[in-house]
Amino acid sequence: MSTQARSAHSEDVVGYDEALTRYDPVLGLEVHVELNTATKMFCGCATGFGADPNTQVCPVCLGLPGALPVVNATAVESAIRIGLALNCQIADWCRFARKNYFYPDMPKNFQTSQYDEPIAFDGYLDVDLDDGTTFRVEIERAHMEEDTGKSTHVGGATGRIHGAEYSLVDFNRAGIPLIEIVTKPITGAGERAPEVARAYVSALRDLLKALAVSEVRMEQGNVRCDANVSLRAKAGDGATSAEQLAVPLGTRTETKNVNSLRSVERAARYEICRHAAVLDSGASILQETRHWHEDTGVTTSGRPKSDADDYRYFPEPDLVPVAPTRERVEELRATLPEPPAQRRKRLQGEWGYSDLEMRDVLNAGAVEVIEETVAAGATPAAARKWWTGDLARRANEAGTAVTDLGVTPAHIAELDGLVRDGRLNDSMARQVMEGVLAGEGTPMEVADARGLELVQDDGALEAAVDKVIEANPDVADKIRDGKVQAAGALIGQVMKEMRGQADAAKARELILAKLT
Amino acid sequence: MSALSRDDVAHVAMLARIQLTDAELDRLAGQLDQIVGWVGQVNEVAADDVPPMSHPLPLTNVTRPDEVRPSLTAEQALANAPEAELDRFSVPRILDED
Repeated sequence: MSTQARSAHSEDVVGYDEALTRYDPVLGLEVHVELNTATKMFCGCATGFGADPNTQVCPVCLGLPGALPVVNATAVESAIRIGLALNCQIADWCRFARKNYFYPDMPKNFQTSQYDEPIAFDGYLDVDLDDGTTFRVEIERAHMEEDTGKSTHVGGATGRIHGAEYSLVDFNRAGIPLIEIVTKPITGAGERAPEVARAYVSALRDLLKALAVSEVRMEQGNVRCDANVSLRAKAGDGATSAEQLAVPLGTRTETKNVNSLRSVERAARYEICRHAAVLDSGASILQETRHWHEDTGVTTSGRPKSDADDYRYFPEPDLVPVAPTRERVEELRATLPEPPAQRRKRLQGEWGYSDLEMRDVLNAGAVEVIEETVAAGATPAAARKWWTGDLARRANEAGTAVTDLGVTPAHIAELDGLVRDGRLNDSMARQVMEGVLAGEGTPMEVADARGLELVQDDGALEAAVDKVIEANPDVADKIRDGKVQAAGALIGQVMKEMRGQADAAKARELILAKLT
Repeated sequence: MSALSRDDVAHVAMLARIQLTDAELDRLAGQLDQIVGWVGQVNEVAADDVPPMSHPLPLTNVTRPDEVRPSLTAEQALANAPEAELDRFSVPRILDED
């Protein structure tokens, strides 16, 4: 293809709402998940991220002549567990296949994949949307394959293919197990189609995390999404959904490597607007891959989509069929975790959080850490307050995960215990947290070392109260007249007298006891 | 009628990145068509109750445990590379293929 045809020029788009008045969007999502197995799909090379280039390679994953692949048993089990968690059927018997094409990052000149016999098929995933409704996304298949190597393009600007003079290839990633999960066409979502796409990838990520089969870090490429978009004519005002479903699907484009949740939604939305403009002009959509540009929020033309025939798939002769027994499948089914959406609802109920509080917890990615903190003995309210409050802010400032601050669930539980026992008040607890963050030890150690303890000596507190009342006769009179809220001014002064080391509730109690 | 046309051969040659002259295409189209015909004779003896076979051995589920085995060093991996740089394989730019 000529350079000119691929250069990024802006294409016409129609406003989203307007596009939806004339067209019905249909999406399809292909998600590649890198498994977290210790070794590759077909050889014993390690899979760790960030190793020196070409140090996790062997004759099998370099595609050297005569090398024989052997399937990773754990990868097959992970594939089956993913299939079961997606409510799929698991094949009694299936084979690997060679997908033949040339690309420098694929050393064998074929990818070992599965073709017409996927390990899992015909499932679904229920996806929660922002408005509280649930949308069922049907799963076509989930199959096993292997990742490619990684190319760095040299000579062009910023490592992109365009303008590169040559490429350098590291095969450490080649052969890492991938599961490709393909949806059936997602129809009937209407204007919510882009939101459904994002929510699906999000729900899938949560599910994979709960299954502990992948690191699921989208920014590291553990989860990669290709978004297929097509438009078909609206069946007309007042048409039934059955009438709309009967309208044939339009030509689709496949936007590759949309690798964040936000991008999935944006890319789908952009393609809907672009397709609408093309169709409005009377032209037709070219079936092709598209490149997503995160910075500008547009897609540009990639290559024409190959026919499946061009890959000349055939059964892989070097690998024998995979035939999981029904007993083994049931054993694996028994290992499935509670579905994430169900778990969230259960925990919200157990913890007594409002919808808004639960949303904050989810957005902060703090469900697991709160669960551990509550298990360690903290109240759910305290666990939420710390992890989504001060600590989340700290983590945000430091650009790190809240769990990487050096504060553990046990620390929070201990600190909460000190507050509940009346040893620390809230402001002292925050000082103790500063010490824990600074690596001064456990909350108990920090409190001891810094001498932080509420004065339990009622005599000292009472003396301070008397002193403050005496110094503020006007305020004291107001309280005697029944203006109880005026006590706040006195409590502040008592706390000051006590240099913060007093229980404010107790001070209030004493003030009111003396004046009312 | 031939099973394999000259255009089919040209298409497959393109997919395999093999450049063929017109004369080669003419010759190979005829030869490959014959080969397809001969292999097709298998269909005549394979009854409906004989499933296609992809593996000669009646084996399934040959797997290995997920345990790391030694890899090659970068030097060994790159020993046969025509060009290498920064411990990576150096390959021509892929712009025109993309």
